[in-house]
Amino acid sequence: MVLEVIVALPLAGWLINGLAGGRLPRGVVGAIGCGTVGAACAASVMAAGDPAVAGGGLTATLFTWLSAGEFTVSAGLFMDRLSALMALVVTGVGFLIHVYSIGYMADDPAYARYFAYLNLFVASMLLLVLGGNLLVLFVGWELVGLCSYLLIGFWFDRERAASSGRKAFIVNRIGDAGFLLGILLLATTAGNLQFDRLAAASGGMAPGLLTAATLLLFAGATGKSAQLPLYVWLPDAMEGPTPVSALIHAATMVTAGVYMIARLHPLFLHAGYTLSVVAAVGAVTAFFAATVALVEWDLKRVLAYSTISQLGYMFLAMGVVMMPAGMFHLTTHAFFKALLFLAAGSVMHAMRGVVDMRRLGGLAGPMRWTAAGFAVGGLALAGVPPFAGFFSKDLILEGAFEWAQRGGAMLVWIAGLATAFVTAVYVTRAMMLTFAGPAADPGHPHEAPAVMGLPMAVLAALSFGGGLLGARVAGEPLLRYLEPFFVDSAIGVLKDRPMPAAGVITALPVAVSLAGILAGFALYRDRREVTLGALGRFLSHQWYIETLYDAVIVTPAKRLAHLLADVVETRGIDGAVNGVGALVGRAGLAVRGLQTGFVRNYAAAILAGTILMLGYWLFR
Amino acid sequence: MVVEVIIFVFAALGALAGGLGVVASRLPVRNALSLLLVLGSLAVTYLLLAAQFIAVLQVIVYAGAIVVLFLFVVMLLHRQLGAMSPDRLRWQGPVAIGLSAAFLILMLLTLRFATNAAAPAPAEFGTVESVGRALFTSFALPFEVASVILLVGIIAAVVIGRPASRPVAAPPRSSAPSPVGAPRR
Amino acid sequence: MSVPLEAYLALSALLFVLGTTGVLVRRNALVVFMSIELMLNAVNLTFVAFARQRLAIEGQLAVFFVVVVAAVEVVVGLAILIAIFRTRDTVDIDDVDLLRG
Repeated sequence: MVLEVIVALPLAGWLINGLAGGRLPRGVVGAIGCGTVGAACAASVMAAGDPAVAGGGLTATLFTWLSAGEFTVSAGLFMDRLSALMALVVTGVGFLIHVYSIGYMADDPAYARYFAYLNLFVASMLLLVLGGNLLVLFVGWELVGLCSYLLIGFWFDRERAASSGRKAFIVNRIGDAGFLLGILLLATTAGNLQFDRLAAASGGMAPGLLTAATLLLFAGATGKSAQLPLYVWLPDAMEGPTPVSALIHAATMVTAGVYMIARLHPLFLHAGYTLSVVAAVGAVTAFFAATVALVEWDLKRVLAYSTISQLGYMFLAMGVVMMPAGMFHLTTHAFFKALLFLAAGSVMHAMRGVVDMRRLGGLAGPMRWTAAGFAVGGLALAGVPPFAGFFSKDLILEGAFEWAQRGGAMLVWIAGLATAFVTAVYVTRAMMLTFAGPAADPGHPHEAPAVMGLPMAVLAALSFGGGLLGARVAGEPLLRYLEPFFVDSAIGVLKDRPMPAAGVITALPVAVSLAGILAGFALYRDRREVTLGALGRFLSHQWYIETLYDAVIVTPAKRLAHLLADVVETRGIDGAVNGVGALVGRAGLAVRGLQTGFVRNYAAAILAGTILMLGYWLFR
Repeated sequence: MVVEVIIFVFAALGALAGGLGVVASRLPVRNALSLLLVLGSLAVTYLLLAAQFIAVLQVIVYAGAIVVLFLFVVMLLHRQLGAMSPDRLRWQGPVAIGLSAAFLILMLLTLRFATNAAAPAPAEFGTVESVGRALFTSFALPFEVASVILLVGIIAAVVIGRPASRPVAAPPRSSAPSPVGAPRR
Repeated sequence: MSVPLEAYLALSALLFVLGTTGVLVRRNALVVFMSIELMLNAVNLTFVAFARQRLAIEGQLAVFFVVVVAAVEVVVGLAILIAIFRTRDTVDIDDVDLLRG
C-alpha cells in the first residue's frame, strides 16, 4: 500500500498543479509541489523501514498488464534495498530542490506549470526505481525522458531551449530504441520480465543472447545517462531552469542507467564482455567529459560535463564489478552535484541569468554562503577528504585497481586517476573564475533568499558528511546495507576485503586531487584566460565529436530529408498522386461520350450486357 | 385436350398482336388498348395454367386499374403526345432491333422441348383459397411489406404530382406563376 | 395433347423481346412504360408456367408481388412523367438528358 502512495503523491501534485495551478495562488502551488514530494519522502522512509524491504522485498501488484500465453506482465511496484536507496535519494534530493525552486522560480509566469512538470518527473522517477519489472521500469524510463524534454524546453519561447529539448528527446530515442530491443530480447528468451525471475533465468540463458540483450540495455543507459557516444544532449540540456538541471540532469534521472545496471546486475555478470564494455565506456567518458569541462566557459555547462564525467565513474564502477561503490557514488554525487547546481543557480539568480564565467567573478564577497556551498560541493567533487566524494571515488578507483589485478585493463584505473586530476583542476577553475578576483561584471549581486539557502545548507551538510555512509571508519553502513542485494551474484568484493595492498593505491587519488587543485589554483589565480593552445581548441570543440556527428549523421540525414522532401515527395509521391488524378481525369474525358444522357442508350447497354451474360452461360 | 391447345393458340396470337400494337402504334390510345389486349390474353393463358386467382388479379388490377391509369394520362397529355421532334439517335433503331433479335434467339436456344408433360393439377391448385393460405402463412411478411410499398407509392405519387411552386429546371415556357399559398417544398 | 411448357416460355420470350424493342426504340415515355409492363407480364407468364409445371404455388405468389410492385411503379412513374411534362412540356425521353456527360 505504501508503495502506491509514494508514487501517487507526486502524481496527485502534478494533477492539481497541472489542472488548477493557474488559478491557485503561488504559495499554494509551491506548497502542493513541495508538500507532495516531501510526503513521498516521508512515505519512502516509512517503506524503507519495513522489514520486508531488507528481506525479499516489498511488492505491490496493481493489476495484470499483459497476458499472452505463458508470458504475463503485471503492473506492479517493488521495493528492496536498492530501490529503497534510490527512492530516498530521489524524494530527498527532490524535496530539497523543490523547496529551492520556490525561491528560484518565484518570478516566473509559468510557476504552476513548472511545479506540475517537476512533480510529474518525481512520480515518473519513482515509477522507474520502484517498478516491479522491466516493463514498468521502461514506462518510468520513458516518462522521465518526457519530463526532461518538457523541462529543458520549459522556456519554449527561447529557440535554443526548444531545440535543446528536441535534441535531448531525439538522442534519448536512439538509446531507448536499443533499450526496448533489449527488453524484447529478454522477454523472448527468458519469457519473463520480473526482476527476480530474470536474475534466476540469467544463468541458463545462451551467453551470446545475454550479451546482446545486456549491450542493448546498456545502449539505453548511454542515452539516458549521457555516456559516449550519446552524451551530446546533456550539455545542451542546461537551457532548462537550473533546479531542473540539478534534479534531473545531475542527481536523479541521469543515474537511471546506473540504477538499471545495478538492478539487472546478475544478467550483466553472466553476459561475457558487456561489463568490460561498460567499464571502458565509463572510463573514456569520465576522462573525455572532464577534459572538456576544463575549457568550457559556461558555468552550467562545466557542471554538465562534470556530471557526464561523474556518471562515467559510476559506469566504471559497474563495469569493474564494484557495484555497491557505484551506487555509493551515485548517492554522494546526487548530494554534491545538486549542491553545485543550486549554488550555480544562486549565482544566476543574483546575476540575472549570467552563466558565462568570463563575466563573473568576485562573488565570494557578496555571496558568501553560496560561495561556501559551492566550495563544499567542489571539494566533494574533487575528492578531497573528508568530503563525501572522496570516499565514493576512492572506492571506485580501488575497485578498478583490483579489477586490473584480476585481469582487467590497467588503463581503466589510469583513466580514472587522470580524471580525478582533471576534475580537481576544472573545479578549481570554476571556483576561481566565479567567486575569486575582482567583479568582472557590474551589478548588485545579492545573497539568495532563505528558501534557496536552506536546501543548499542541507545539501552542503550531506556533501560534507555523506561520505560516512561508506567510510571504513564508520563501518560502511550503506555498503553493508546494499551487500545482501549484490551478494547473491557472488561478487564478494566487499566481504573479507583486505586493506588495500599498498597504501599508495588509496593515497594516490588524494594526492592527484590535491595536485589538481594546486595546479588549478596556480593557473587561474589571476583569472588569466588559459587557452592551452591547440589542445584547448581540440577540447573546446568537445574532441570534435559533435562536429563528427554533424558531418556523419546530421548533415547526411538533413540532405536525405531534403532529397525526400524536394524530389521524392514532390516529383515521386505527389507526381504519382497527381498522375493518377490526371490519368483518371483524361480517362473520364475519353469515355464521357459514353454518358449520352439518353435513357434509351443506357437501356441498350443493359440489354447488351444481358445478352453477353446469357451467351456466356449458354456457350461456355 | 385439343381445346386447350386451340385456346392457347388464340390467346398467344392475341398477346403477340397486342404486344406488336403496344410497340408499333403511333396513337397512344391504341397503345393502351393493345396493352389491354395483351393483359386479357395472358389472363386466359393463366387460366390454362391453373392459376385462377392470378388470372382474376390480372384482369382486376392490370386491365382494370393500370390500363385505366394509362388512359387517364393519355387524356391529360393529349395535345402533346402526337408531336415529336426529329429523332436524334439515328443508330438506336437498327441497333435495338439487332440486339433484341439476338436476345430472342439466345432465349429460344435455352428451350429444350423435352420436358415431361406436367402432372394434372389438383383441383385446389391456384384457387383463391390456396394462394391466400400461402400468402397469409409463410408469405405474411412479404405481404405486409408489399402493403407498405403500396403506401409509399401512393404518397410518392401525391408528392410528385403536386404542382411545383418553383420549377426546378424551368424552361422558359412553363414558368407559370404558382397559385398563392401553394405548399412550398 | 396438352400445351407444352416450352410453348408458354416461347410466347413469354417473344413478348419480352417486344417489350425490349419498345423500350429501346420508342421515345414516347408513356409507350416506354407500357413496354415495361409488357416485359413484366412476359416474366409473369414464365412464373405461372413454371408454377404449373412444378405444382409450386410460390410461382403464383411471385406474380402477385410483381403485380403489386408494377402497380406502384406505374403510379410513381406516371406521376414523374406528368411532373416532367409540366416543367419541360415534353414526353420525349430523349429530351430529358440532364445526365449527359
